[in-house]
Amino acid sequence: MTPKRPLIEAVGLSISFGPLHARNRVVDDVSFRIDKGEAYGLIGESGCGKSTILRALSGLNSDYEGALTLNNQELPKKRGKEFFRRAQMVFQDPYGSLHPRKIVEKVLTEPLAIHGIDRASERVAETLDAVGLGPSFRYRYPHELSGGQRQRVAIARALITEPEILLLDEPTSALDVSVQAEILNLLKRLRVERNLTYLMVSHDLAVIAHICERAGMMYKGRIIEELTSQQIRQSQAKEDYTRDFLTASVEAVARRDEVVG
Amino acid sequence: MTDKALISASPPRSGYSAWLRAPVPSSPFHARMQQLWLQWRQLRSNASALFGLIVIVIILVAALFAPVLATHDIFEQNLAARLLAPSGQHWLGTDELGRDVYSRLLFGARITLYIALLTTVIVAPIGLIVGTTAGYLGGWVDTVLMRIVDVFLAFPNLILALAFVAALGPGIENAIIAISLASWPPIARLARAETLTIRKSDYIAAMRLQGASSLRIIFGHIMPMCIPSVVVRVTLNMAAIILTAAGLGFLGLGAQPPSPEWGTMLSSGREFVMTSWWIAAIPGCAILLTSLAFNLLGDGLRDVLDPRHG
Repeated sequence: MTPKRPLIEAVGLSISFGPLHARNRVVDDVSFRIDKGEAYGLIGESGCGKSTILRALSGLNSDYEGALTLNNQELPKKRGKEFFRRAQMVFQDPYGSLHPRKIVEKVLTEPLAIHGIDRASERVAETLDAVGLGPSFRYRYPHELSGGQRQRVAIARALITEPEILLLDEPTSALDVSVQAEILNLLKRLRVERNLTYLMVSHDLAVIAHICERAGMMYKGRIIEELTSQQIRQSQAKEDYTRDFLTASVEAVARRDEVVG
Repeated sequence: MTDKALISASPPRSGYSAWLRAPVPSSPFHARMQQLWLQWRQLRSNASALFGLIVIVIILVAALFAPVLATHDIFEQNLAARLLAPSGQHWLGTDELGRDVYSRLLFGARITLYIALLTTVIVAPIGLIVGTTAGYLGGWVDTVLMRIVDVFLAFPNLILALAFVAALGPGIENAIIAISLASWPPIARLARAETLTIRKSDYIAAMRLQGASSLRIIFGHIMPMCIPSVVVRVTLNMAAIILTAAGLGFLGLGAQPPSPEWGTMLSSGREFVMTSWWIAAIPGCAILLTSLAFNLLGDGLRDVLDPRHG
């Protein structure tokens, strides 16, 4: 077998905020690679820069140094439509990520209109079905839906243009535990069905261990160590910080695994 | 569940009502109508808003059917019958040239509503486009547009309108242009403020990540969020527009005699206030009532439409 070439690669990624005289480096020289079909996680405490990396990769923040590549080609700072067709993002807060005055159908047909994709009506029905929402949700406003249902709509919106990469920004942290499990299982199933590549950001080890094969532990803007999901479960870490982080949440992992299982 | 129980418990409804209450909408139009129906029910339960709406509807009907409802020719002068108090012959009396005040009031409603509606139609889209564009694009576009708005806001409304009318010449059309020029900046300000609060939201970010152009985002996603507050603002503004129009009329710079514009009527009745109160009081009350009605409706609409309240 030929060695797999990474689908996404970050090389020396640095992101700073603030005015020139008081630059605050939030992400510092981060490199990682994600193979096609793989699920990669970024874990870390709040403010460690994990979501910032996601926003840079998605194209929401074009002010970064270093290179982000897709299929061995460097991505331009200003992403084109092509990129948005291949990579989509699911946001943390399902209450803020859906337009309050648009019905579900409108939310889903708009990306199709932007990219000029045909069979809009059938695709909407198929995608709603794929995320576990029936046709009765088609003409609903977001305020008529629960948090979990909204997040399913948000996932459907990300999937309707059939991207190969899904960027997940703590997609379950705003939901109840029982609903979290449903959404995580949905994400797991969709990855298999559609051969998706995930980059998932979370502070929740249980979530990362459940979804991702590999994860980067972030601390103060750096990836200090990479772990496999196996290592996370068995708390095998080299760095002290990682070990502390794992110990602190290992009980939560065990407990949550039973629920998600 | 409770919804269904309620529907089945109540007496059988006509197809139309059942359609509005169906638990699962069957088309985008259906969903929209159900939404409107809910908002209407909310508005209906607000007594003062309902009062405002009823008054406005009455004035609209009066304006539309003025030729039918009027009892006299509004331009016909009859000096023998001047300054008559309200009576069976002249319901609201006659003015200093013997014209029937009631009939003139009806036709005056046409002019007043014409000014108020036309101004709104001009002002709302301009304010909305300028405000949302400035707010969403930011940077130098924002700076330039907002400084222009500042210039207009620096003048008192009526003074600015006066200056424009003085430059353009008196008349209803010029009054409309002048009032429009003076009243779009607050709406632009409002739309911009609204835009600033939503431009960073996740649903706008999601649209950017779908590859949507700025034009599509501004018109398709930001404007629908700004329209409710602009509608409320414009409804509240109607009162100010009516007062400005009446003020211009009163000063002789708006509608010209013998046109029965309410402000002009009020102005001509000024001399006879002590002896024949109805000439000034009746158009004055009409202005008061219309302004009040628009204000009450605007308040009610805010409760129904403003996203922050619902």
